[in-house]
Amino acid sequence: MLELIDQFNVFDAFWTTIKLTLWSALFSLLLGTVVAIMRLSPVGFLRWLGGSYVTLIRNTPLTLIIVFCSIGLWGQFGIEPASRDSPTFIVDLNFRLAVIGLSVYHAAFVCEALRSGVNTIPVGQAEASRSLGLTFGQGLRHVILPQAFRGAITPLGNTLIALTKNTTVAVAIGVAEAAYALRNMIEFRPDVMLLNFLLIAIGFVILTLPTGLATSWLASRLAVKR
Amino acid sequence: MSTQQVLFDIPGPRARVRHRVLAVLTLALFVAVAVWLLIQLRAGGQLDANKWMPFLQWRTWTTYLIPGIGGTLLAALIAILIASPLALGLAMLRMSDVAPVRWVASVFVEFFRAVPVLIMMIFTYFWLSQQEWSVDRWNPLIGVVTGLVLYNASVLCEVIRNGVASLPSGQREAGLSIGLSTVQVRRSILIPQALTAMMPSLVSQLVVIVKDTALGSIILYYDLLTRSQQLSSAFSNVVPAYIVAAVIYILINYSISKVAETLESRQRRKRRATGGQTTDGAGPTGVAGPAVDPLVEHNTKL
Repeated sequence: MLELIDQFNVFDAFWTTIKLTLWSALFSLLLGTVVAIMRLSPVGFLRWLGGSYVTLIRNTPLTLIIVFCSIGLWGQFGIEPASRDSPTFIVDLNFRLAVIGLSVYHAAFVCEALRSGVNTIPVGQAEASRSLGLTFGQGLRHVILPQAFRGAITPLGNTLIALTKNTTVAVAIGVAEAAYALRNMIEFRPDVMLLNFLLIAIGFVILTLPTGLATSWLASRLAVKR
Repeated sequence: MSTQQVLFDIPGPRARVRHRVLAVLTLALFVAVAVWLLIQLRAGGQLDANKWMPFLQWRTWTTYLIPGIGGTLLAALIAILIASPLALGLAMLRMSDVAPVRWVASVFVEFFRAVPVLIMMIFTYFWLSQQEWSVDRWNPLIGVVTGLVLYNASVLCEVIRNGVASLPSGQREAGLSIGLSTVQVRRSILIPQALTAMMPSLVSQLVVIVKDTALGSIILYYDLLTRSQQLSSAFSNVVPAYIVAAVIYILINYSISKVAETLESRQRRKRRATGGQTTDGAGPTGVAGPAVDPLVEHNTKL
């Protein structure tokens, strides 16, 4: 088993998986928060835009989005998030395109997680902030969003777990992460097929288990006492 | 806090002007991005009539798109038909009174929930192609279905367990007090109620399954995505092909989620109609409130 790990750089592959997860988590959290604010805002057009974004993205397969990032975004629209002079141009390019696809997809779920977090806040909180004379933006910043994030830890954590698993889709545009490693291992060491699978599968259990535990610990710790 | 009107005051004349300015600005930004995209598309020749004409010809549909939709729906249907009974069995095992049975079922469920569907698909597909008895033509379909079944059975098992847990304890106690065994109570009282309450989330799980069939394109399954890729190389119209594929996926999934919503609202109405004394939405039918925790339901949709 150690020999397998060595031969196919399993640790490197999982490091790429972790990097994909962290970057996409960051960007999808930012984008998702913006979309959530749009969906809560008093401006009708923004609400509509945010709602359409969520409906469209949630109903599209992630594979399609990621493949389109490579073929469409880069191939047709010429969006090139890496420099051609760099010796690792192709690797950087595919990695960053995958991060774009993953972030765009998971932002829709982050938005819905935040909205469910907003739904845990009693009406009185918003009414009180309005009666103090806070504007929509001030109320959001000081009253609604801090509580919404704390109430949304569980769904946000679950989104993070799903994101970790979904990074495997990046194999579709040739990012060398865990699923890519599995395909290589199966191709060159077909004699230990099941071991190959278990190695990668257990890697994902190790990655997702702590996230789940940390989520439930944080959720109970940060829950707003009412 | 369900009505979002509580988040802001009813706008006065000045706020209305401000909102309108904001709307116009974002609209302008939106239009600018759209125009830029169109210019890029035009420069790449993707807007030319001959890139879009294939979609007006019946032959494109019969060679690529309709078989693709068929492949996607076939894999999804087989997967849900196998996964639901399996989930039911797993849920029964996980609630069993025999501890070792419970442990085995729990390990199975937790393992297959943690492993990405794609990993299971890749493994099954390559494992099958090594076996002499396997029919090459069927390997991709079996690979896709196996991955989907293992994952979704585990997820649905948890959905069913949630449903059972949300039933009022009186249901179980009443069953036990009339002399039913715990297995009988579970089988004839708890699970049927949980399942009816579960119908909407079973249907909306279909959306997840339909989306995940697209993973099959990585192991060469002829689903809608693979067929659209073939189409795009035949007519060299990448952007139109992907847009049409996305629209078809969205239409399919949107209608499935509408069906789920209708089922849910019908159930809620029925519950209200039969409910005499309703404490927190729990009628005498015993199905408490929304049987699925909305958070849990949201998270199964990823």
